[in-house]
Amino acid sequence: MSTSVNFEVHHVCRVEGHGNIVVNATNGKIEKVRWEVPESPRMFESMLRGLSYSDVNFIAPRICGICAVAHATASIEAVEAAFNIKLTEQASLVRELLFDAETVTSHILHTYFLVAPDFFGVGSVIPLASTHTDVVLRALRMKKIANNWADMLCGRKTHPISMVAGGFVKWPDVEQLKQLKATLEGPYMKDLEDTVELFKTLKFPDFTRETEYIALYRPNKYSFIGGAIGSNDCKPIPINDYQKVANEFCVPWSTAKFTKHLRDSYQVGALARFNINHDKLHPKAKKVAQTLGLKAPCYNPYFISVAQIVETVHAVENSLMILDKLLTTGIKPEKPEIRVKAGRGVGAVEAPRGILFHDYTFDDNGKLIAANIIIPTNENHNSIQHDFEKMLPEIIHKPQDEIRQAMEMLVRAYDPCISCSTHLLEVEFK
Amino acid sequence: MKPRVAFFDFTGCEGCQLEVLNFDLEIVDLINVVDIVNFREASSDRSDDYDIAFIEGSMSTPGDVERLQKIRERAKILIALGACSCTGGVNALKNRFSEDENRSIVYGEAANYYKTIPAKATHQIVKVDFSLPGCPPNRLEVIKLIKCLLTGKKFELCPNPVCVECKLAENICAFERGEFCLGPVTRGGCNAVCVSAGRKCWGCRGPVDEANINSQKDLLAKYGLTVNDVLMQFNLFNKNLEVIKP
Repeated sequence: MSTSVNFEVHHVCRVEGHGNIVVNATNGKIEKVRWEVPESPRMFESMLRGLSYSDVNFIAPRICGICAVAHATASIEAVEAAFNIKLTEQASLVRELLFDAETVTSHILHTYFLVAPDFFGVGSVIPLASTHTDVVLRALRMKKIANNWADMLCGRKTHPISMVAGGFVKWPDVEQLKQLKATLEGPYMKDLEDTVELFKTLKFPDFTRETEYIALYRPNKYSFIGGAIGSNDCKPIPINDYQKVANEFCVPWSTAKFTKHLRDSYQVGALARFNINHDKLHPKAKKVAQTLGLKAPCYNPYFISVAQIVETVHAVENSLMILDKLLTTGIKPEKPEIRVKAGRGVGAVEAPRGILFHDYTFDDNGKLIAANIIIPTNENHNSIQHDFEKMLPEIIHKPQDEIRQAMEMLVRAYDPCISCSTHLLEVEFK
Repeated sequence: MKPRVAFFDFTGCEGCQLEVLNFDLEIVDLINVVDIVNFREASSDRSDDYDIAFIEGSMSTPGDVERLQKIRERAKILIALGACSCTGGVNALKNRFSEDENRSIVYGEAANYYKTIPAKATHQIVKVDFSLPGCPPNRLEVIKLIKCLLTGKKFELCPNPVCVECKLAENICAFERGEFCLGPVTRGGCNAVCVSAGRKCWGCRGPVDEANINSQKDLLAKYGLTVNDVLMQFNLFNKNLEVIKP
């Protein structure tokens, strides 16, 4: 009797954007396994042409509703590099404080709303509201605090308003910063500790594939903004040489571009950052990693969610240090100064999902001539494909529903944000 | 029986659905009064049986258009959610160029792999019952509409321009700060959030009813801007409306 496994999951759920999983196999022989991204192309690199730099900075975050702050920051960093603008210490600190809010909000949204339902055996967080009310209320509280944190600093998290090239047009006041410090040290810390306890009880699938990991690198800091491009396979590479790392290529079944560097594929995101930069984590975050069984190097992509919890702890501790500094110096009403000039600049940040590049060229009136944007989810598509190719033969003897579940969970672990990368996730069994 | 509500995302950033997730604790109240049967960003449960459909994003592939038409056939009430759905939003910025040009700029030699069309707003393809403009839409306005639909009350968008809310917020006028602002002609309902955060209005909520476009043109010209600059400003979120022509 021949047994065949044929399915396509169309528009995989609980991911941001649209993606499909296609599997055809007969008698355990795999004919096709493919990760497809059919999201409608946005054409940002084309549509930004002709816009002034400040409108570019305002429009570029619209690439993604979830990581709007990361896109805004990369976009602004690119403009600053092109115009050779240096930030004041106050501006850098507030930018980093805002970026930590982005990391925390996105990681909490992903781990609780998108990943956790798989472990409770439900389709979404909605049924959990009645069965695990405390967990859902905690997730909502944590998200609300982080949203308010970002709103306070940039006017609105989706999409940021007051952060501009050269700094901010509106600064938080000392009272607001004191309040944030009290919230993070008090109720937020308690919820974060309970989150770590919850994650201790979750059992992640056992799958490993060693690959290249790429993340921003600074010698003395777990970097989310700027630095150099770090890899476990080579020495750090300057940000301006990002194209030599990404090597984007197109495939007909995917509107998102694929990337590769020194191996068949590379991985970006929380686990890549952890693998490259774990020695620079805050001591409390290191301890949480140990508690949750995350050790570097970790080759299990399902542990991306664990790395996100570790990073959440790090980001909160980092923000508390920034708040102490700002509360010591006070906030000065600085005005950003811009001198427009022709030129090219590259901005690089660690979006929650991984390394993100914005590369702009401006004319001497500050109008955009050319743009190139490399999105972390794009960088991970090829890694997902190669994980599928290694994982499927290992689980092909299992019932179809289990195979499908494992593959969907893998995609969700990567936290893909596909509307950025082109550009969901559908799995269809044919 | 609770009304069945579905959210559908088309071309866009999914920030509008995120704003709904950002109802925070109110989302728990919401799921007590409606059944959310389709919300892909947050749920893998799906159904084709729904009363109210929220449409997020613009239509920019032939597949988008077909999918939207099917949703219209099934839904009793169809709501355009957010700027991309209401006007084409930032997606329509690409309509300044031909699709061939867009594809070749973004995909180079692989341009022919993909079928795309100029970005269209929802009302340009099917009948829309309600619009919730803005990039992102105001979540309080989303809740207000759902309450009106549940209680049978009439729903109206804010009839005033952004300037009215800006005055109430006691902001210094953006023009006085040397910025040019679309607040005088843009529909309010956002509490002038952008001006309050220290910047200007970009017009993301589209024109207010009976906007005095000519007077806005004169105002902008007074501050040394050309018609092209003005056009470009309107184009940022409202390219498809063609409210102002050179």
